[in-house]
Amino acid sequence: MISIKDVKKIYSSRQGKVTAVDNVNLEITEGEIFGVIGYSGAGKSTLIRMLNGLEIPTEGSVVVAKNEVSKIKGSSLRKARQEISMIFQHFNLLWSRTVRENIAFPLEIAGVPKGQRMKRVDELIRLVGLEGREDAYPSQLSGGQKQRVGIARALANNPKVLLCDEATSALDPQTTDSILELLVDINKRLGLTIVLITHEMHVIRKICHRVAVMEGGKVVELGPVLDVFKHPKEEITKRFVQQVTEPEETKETIEHLLELYPHGTVVQLGFVGEAAEQPLITNLIRHYNVTVNILQGKISQTQNGSYGTLFIHLDGESEELSKAISYIESQQVGVEVISNA
Amino acid sequence: MLETLLPNVNWEKMIEATNETLYMTAISVVITFILGLILGLLLFLTAKGNIWENIVVNKVIGSVVNVFRSIPFIILIVLLIPFTRAILGTMIGENAALPALIIGAAPFYARMVEIGLREIDKGVIEAAKSMGAKTSTIIVKVLIPESMPALVSGITVTAIALVSYTAMAGVIGAGGLGNLAFLEGFQRSRNDVTFMATIIILIIVFIIQFIGDSITSKLDKR
Repeated sequence: MISIKDVKKIYSSRQGKVTAVDNVNLEITEGEIFGVIGYSGAGKSTLIRMLNGLEIPTEGSVVVAKNEVSKIKGSSLRKARQEISMIFQHFNLLWSRTVRENIAFPLEIAGVPKGQRMKRVDELIRLVGLEGREDAYPSQLSGGQKQRVGIARALANNPKVLLCDEATSALDPQTTDSILELLVDINKRLGLTIVLITHEMHVIRKICHRVAVMEGGKVVELGPVLDVFKHPKEEITKRFVQQVTEPEETKETIEHLLELYPHGTVVQLGFVGEAAEQPLITNLIRHYNVTVNILQGKISQTQNGSYGTLFIHLDGESEELSKAISYIESQQVGVEVISNA
Repeated sequence: MLETLLPNVNWEKMIEATNETLYMTAISVVITFILGLILGLLLFLTAKGNIWENIVVNKVIGSVVNVFRSIPFIILIVLLIPFTRAILGTMIGENAALPALIIGAAPFYARMVEIGLREIDKGVIEAAKSMGAKTSTIIVKVLIPESMPALVSGITVTAIALVSYTAMAGVIGAGGLGNLAFLEGFQRSRNDVTFMATIIILIIVFIIQFIGDSITSKLDKR
């Protein structure tokens, strides 16, 4: 559905040339929710804007829904853009139009006759759950409602691809979740391909099938979300994964516990998919002569399975300890010994 | 009662002069609005980083606007005498004031239009582009409606300036309340006439301001 080949974007500024996107290659299949994560300045915003021709790559080609957006101009680009919708961090609604009129705007652009337009708008209002707010102005809506208008507007012309430019970054956590659920729902119901960029791993975890990690204009890591969670390779990816798996205070808690339990070992276990449902701890205590103390744990759901982390403190004879650890390893559970006291 | 306070005021003449002032103001406001809007849009669209980015055109329009905005109005009228003669054949009467009024006010309003347009969130223009909108659609359906409150408050200020311009134009023979105040009031030392003409001009200004303010606040849904 989307094919990005050897794409480079170089900006010339007074301070010299800046490479915003550096040799990126990506293939995104139909019906996929594809996430791009990176800190600000990583080039993800430039990358997504090349998908609808708001930015033109300096080198390489971008093909979206059979249109070579990096090449076409004028009316064929405008036509292509009706199939590639976009939603924005700051919603970008027209304040002078009501909800209904905002959603009708892309239909006016596409030249849909008025009667049909009104019918389609009503459908969209129901789809995003904004019944009763049709005649409100954007200034009378909450952030979440504004983004719902943005989504309805983006879906008006039945696009093939939906681009989300930090679509939830201006929303509170609860609203973020409801917008993400709406996106998943749309993806499933309409089979829409979604590309989103974000700096929050939470968003990737919650809805994406695959993820690309960007740093300094390059894609440094790419793969199914669960794999990336399981085996993050790059330092930056590990940091993003930690955003979700390890709450801020974990490190302090562990340091504190290491002081409290000068003997034994603190181990971090990583559970993926099926393994998350086995009675691992019970088996551990029954079969080995060790004491197990659960320090902290968390399970996160991703689109292709669940992913859990558990911190435990093991104490006992060192021989029993190493046996216990090799047992855990045999159970398809990721083990990382944090510290030997 | 009025006759004792204002012994020299000829009400028939006063009403006629008021009508002339209103006529000059109305016509020049309408044409200034259209011309200023076009110039303002061109200034905005040809600026750096915009849809029709063109530094040369932008600089040329910008300079013309600045030159005409800087010439004092009373001098502009005199400078435009040959031009006015050429297109209207006369220098006397309300219509003779129109070219100077419009050429004096349109550049002033064009700058206000440009400022209003620059206040539009860039993201909204980008959103329209991402939906596949043509530039003409962006102008008609995004730029103008989204800057409407600024356009209206700008034309209100311009209209008030135009009322005072008509009074100045009156001094050199264009008719209206300025003409009356100058010829009947000042030159014949009939202060009551000058006073009454001033009062009427003030009322006109207040009414324009009131209408402008109420339309602006009605339009602004932000």
